[in-house]
Amino acid sequence: MSTAPAPVELERPDVGEDQSADRPWLAIVWNDPINLMSYVTYVFQTVFGYPRPKAEKLMLDVHHKGKAVVANGTREEMERDVEILHSYGLWATVKRDD
Amino acid sequence: MSAVKKVRGGVSVRLEAEEAALVRALMEQLLELLGQDAPGPGDELAAVGISDRTAPPDDPVLARLFPDAYQEDERAAGEFRRYTEMGLRDGKREAARTVLKTLERGREAVLDEEEAQIWLRALNDVRLALGTRLDITEEWYEEAAELDPRDPRAPMFAAYDWLTMLQESLVRAVW
Repeated sequence: MSTAPAPVELERPDVGEDQSADRPWLAIVWNDPINLMSYVTYVFQTVFGYPRPKAEKLMLDVHHKGKAVVANGTREEMERDVEILHSYGLWATVKRDD
Repeated sequence: MSAVKKVRGGVSVRLEAEEAALVRALMEQLLELLGQDAPGPGDELAAVGISDRTAPPDDPVLARLFPDAYQEDERAAGEFRRYTEMGLRDGKREAARTVLKTLERGREAVLDEEEAQIWLRALNDVRLALGTRLDITEEWYEEAAELDPRDPRAPMFAAYDWLTMLQESLVRAVW
């Protein structure tokens, strides 16, 4: 008998940690009235490998504050993340951290 | 009534005939809207997914499906679009085609995990399309409830409502 392996969080920098020197770009997701809260949480888990509580918190930030920073990294990494988020239909943008 | 449930190796989606017809019609409309970007002969850049288009699409639905990736830098937004929009369009077309193909499995379609995720993305795209056309707000449910049943938008609101329910149950099933 075996059990399903626990979901593993991909090794990505924690949003909000101060790594501004080498991770100066942000991926931002904006609130919209169409995307479902459950779907957005699911996408954060699927795309970034975030555990459910973190994905839910980010989704609620988007919902209540209008937007949330969902990842940070190099410009190329953030453009890649935003492209993937667009493939899921989320409204996402890239911005330099300032 | 449609029913979505988790089964071994994937998700089973059971649709009534008219529900399947609705999903089919919406996927076909989405494909039509996304159009064909087949590169012409000698168009080497298009062949590798790079286009010469940098401006956001005029159609509000396409503008919603392919939003600007930079809000305060038009040039960067244009470059991003040039390198990504073609590939994103291809992906969305491919997803809609997969939904059409799996619908042929009959009234109860069993989707593997990858197909279920493709359904989620394609259903979301048609919801984004309908929702943008209907100018959906956070209060759309109240607006729809007060709508005169003879209002020409009433069937679109009903379709949007049903798709929302279907997507919600599909998310729960794949999670």
